[in-house]
Amino acid sequence: MSIKLLRGDTILKILLAAAALFIIGLLVALAVELSMGSAASISQFGPGFLIGTKWDAVHEIFGALPFIYGTLLTSAIALLIGLPISLGVAIFISEKLKAHQTFGYLLGTLVDLLAAVPSVIYGLWGVLILAPLLRDYVEMPLHNSLGFIPLFSGTPFGFNFFTAGIVLAIMVIPTMSAVSRDVLSAVPNSQREAMYSLGATDWEVTQKSVLPYARSGIFGAFVLGLGRAVGETMAVTMVIGNIPTITANLFSGGYTLSSLIANEFGESSGIYQSAIIEIGLILFLTALLINVLARLLLWRMSHGRQVNV
Amino acid sequence: MKSILPTQISLWRKIVNKLMTILVIVAVALAVIPLIFILGDVLLRGAAAVNLTFLTSLPAAPTSKNGGIASPLVGSFTMVGLASLFSIPIGVGAGMFFSEYSWSKLSTVSGFMNDVLTGFPSMVLGLFVFVVIVLTTKSFSAFAGAVALSFVMIPIIARTTDESLKLVPNTLREASMALGVPRWKTTFRIVVGTGKTGVLTGIILAVARATGETAPLILTAFWSTHYATNLFNQPIGSLTYLIYLYGTSGASNWETQAWGAALILILIMLALNLFVKVIIGRSLTEARMG
Repeated sequence: MSIKLLRGDTILKILLAAAALFIIGLLVALAVELSMGSAASISQFGPGFLIGTKWDAVHEIFGALPFIYGTLLTSAIALLIGLPISLGVAIFISEKLKAHQTFGYLLGTLVDLLAAVPSVIYGLWGVLILAPLLRDYVEMPLHNSLGFIPLFSGTPFGFNFFTAGIVLAIMVIPTMSAVSRDVLSAVPNSQREAMYSLGATDWEVTQKSVLPYARSGIFGAFVLGLGRAVGETMAVTMVIGNIPTITANLFSGGYTLSSLIANEFGESSGIYQSAIIEIGLILFLTALLINVLARLLLWRMSHGRQVNV
Repeated sequence: MKSILPTQISLWRKIVNKLMTILVIVAVALAVIPLIFILGDVLLRGAAAVNLTFLTSLPAAPTSKNGGIASPLVGSFTMVGLASLFSIPIGVGAGMFFSEYSWSKLSTVSGFMNDVLTGFPSMVLGLFVFVVIVLTTKSFSAFAGAVALSFVMIPIIARTTDESLKLVPNTLREASMALGVPRWKTTFRIVVGTGKTGVLTGIILAVARATGETAPLILTAFWSTHYATNLFNQPIGSLTYLIYLYGTSGASNWETQAWGAALILILIMLALNLFVKVIIGRSLTEARMG
């Protein structure tokens, strides 16, 4: 082989490796820049930042707990509602529509298209249509009849944890059902046939052989949904009310990590800005943890072959 | 082996079976109904707002009924176009590395990090670009917005490139190399040549995703009602930021225009996704069969 040809191969490999290195570099640079930007805030507030409940830009007292709480609470509502529904959709497409592949394909395509709807459109719909509807037809009746329970005690104005959780649920359903559907479809048919041959009903086949076989993949889908809910900015910012609060009352306005960055970063400076970058660092680390976990689960499920997301 | 199930299907088991079927169908209804409402609302309210003036005028004050979306629309296209320039070479390159050098440690590590980045909150990417670019240049800009969008696009392009190149049978690579074609030429002509539809799919999906992003633009491109004359030292509007700004304004004229902008955005996304599903999907199946 001539030297010239060898050189072409080397150049290509170096160029492609540089592109692959860029991705590693990006993740590292993210971690470094966010850590450096939040250094001032970390040294001033220490670990107390994580449990501080006050957010006061005027007196420069900053605590992240209301935002962590808001992020966790809205994500919990979203997954509590979203997971069973997504699993139902996945079971319907992969188990019930086995004999109707075209219809299954159409429903799957619809779900995929809906996962592509931009989050700002969910936000627009949430703020102008869903929030007033929920306030009048769900929140007010719940408050009037069950107001003695702390969860429903506040006077609902429509922009609160509850609305944000519902909007998030609607948004994570396409993602979670698409991944669960892929995972269930990857279960070998021999698993089902073995169960049927023992005389099981459809549901028993799903419950006793399909779901257990796919459980790590389903957990992966759940964690991916959690990742999307935790990181979602626009739709939540538009409906949660943006008030830093820690309360069991679902009908109170709240705030999340990403909403805070979207709303307040632009006009911040000095230690205030550093504190918001630390909020970004918390969000970065949470997202890193969630996504690494999800990927590990999905990789294991597909025996090293990646499941399409 | 003793069966774990009784031989006769009891009434109870039949009832549970039917009940679960019903629950599954209820779940599908619960998933699909809100989404139909969202699309329906965007379609109906949007159609009432969209006309030629809307598409060709600049955004106006909330008191005016005649504001349009011309400059933000151009802004969105500008930034997504720039972002494509940055992200396509890097994304396709990284994807080629994952697929053609899949045995290397760098490929495994970078591939994993790429997947992690795919699910990353785009707000954090915007914050990062703010710290690195906007604080340095002391100005919001189309450039900063495009860089943030390219970080959203790169992982998507890299992953789909990797997947579609891995579908190219190894025998093709071997046949080409056996004929004395050097590896780099084999990679470009044979591997990328065969898998190019898949690569294109990834690029279009990434473009669609970037067009719909708002969070990375808030801290990088910000907002402007005018056309940008310089891509490096002035803020620039986008379709998505307009929807965010107008939707939360409380002004009824702006709310109407937000629905119009949402309809245009949905139509762009739909066109891109259908293009992928129908045209590329068909040629992919043909390629596999032939």
